[in-house]
Amino acid sequence: MATKSMVDIEKTKKKINVLIVDDDPLNLQIHEKIIKAIGGTSQTANNGEEAVIIHRDGGSSFDLILMDKEMPERDGVSTTKKLREMEVKSMIVGVTSLADNEEERRAFMEAGLNHCLAKPLTKAKILPLINQLMDA
Amino acid sequence: MELVQMQKSLQDYTKSLFLEGVLDSQFLQLQQLQDESNPDFVSQVVTLFFQDSDRILNDLSLSLDQQVVDFKKVDPHVHQLKGSSSSIGAQRVKNACVVFRTFCEQQNVEGCHRCLQQVKQEYYLVKNRLETLFKLEQQIVASGGVIPAMELGF
Repeated sequence: MATKSMVDIEKTKKKINVLIVDDDPLNLQIHEKIIKAIGGTSQTANNGEEAVIIHRDGGSSFDLILMDKEMPERDGVSTTKKLREMEVKSMIVGVTSLADNEEERRAFMEAGLNHCLAKPLTKAKILPLINQLMDA
Repeated sequence: MELVQMQKSLQDYTKSLFLEGVLDSQFLQLQQLQDESNPDFVSQVVTLFFQDSDRILNDLSLSLDQQVVDFKKVDPHVHQLKGSSSSIGAQRVKNACVVFRTFCEQQNVEGCHRCLQQVKQEYYLVKNRLETLFKLEQQIVASGGVIPAMELGF
């Protein structure tokens, strides 16, 4: 039975394009590195309002959006709601603090998230979601 | 000092930081993200943490020294420091911030002052330890060696 060579698989492997929305430059750097380590490409937004502008201007489409919850200008809940109103179809993953209570997490999910992960993010936490996207 | 001895010293020193709770597994996650394309990733991220933290601690000191403390200014700073310390694995700083936030919620000025001292203590400890760790790594690299991988097998 013919099998694809590893080189063929690498060529056809889809590169995941991720928008990282976070007001903390430290988190942006770490999350960019995680996405790169997984084989994806990323763009960053320093707050929810920037994320909305990026989508409003058009031309950008993302497979995955990593959305911090607490940000100035526009927080993660409001941004997620707005992006869904704009019919953004990307997988949106909320990134929450362990201090967030169940009610806060539920409100974030109800804003239109596909998943919610607790900080700090790691490759192991993100990889199953990336694999889900790759299999879709 | 021989290269093998330097590498052993680094491993033992790093291990001690985990055993003392100064660092947690998130620091290992950062180390595992470092590769040839970005060999200074960890030190870059940690340097950013130091810069942010110095600024935040200064702002906190000023905020808590006001005659009327505005907790709406204090809490976001502590939240940010908690987040960034958690992101680099500075466990004791993070834990000190957790306690700090409870006093912010209670609007307990005296409690917040004590917490700020505790956070500063833990921060200067991790800063000092990480600076030593990076120096040990630099000595190994300067001697032509590689930095041994660290695993939490203890």
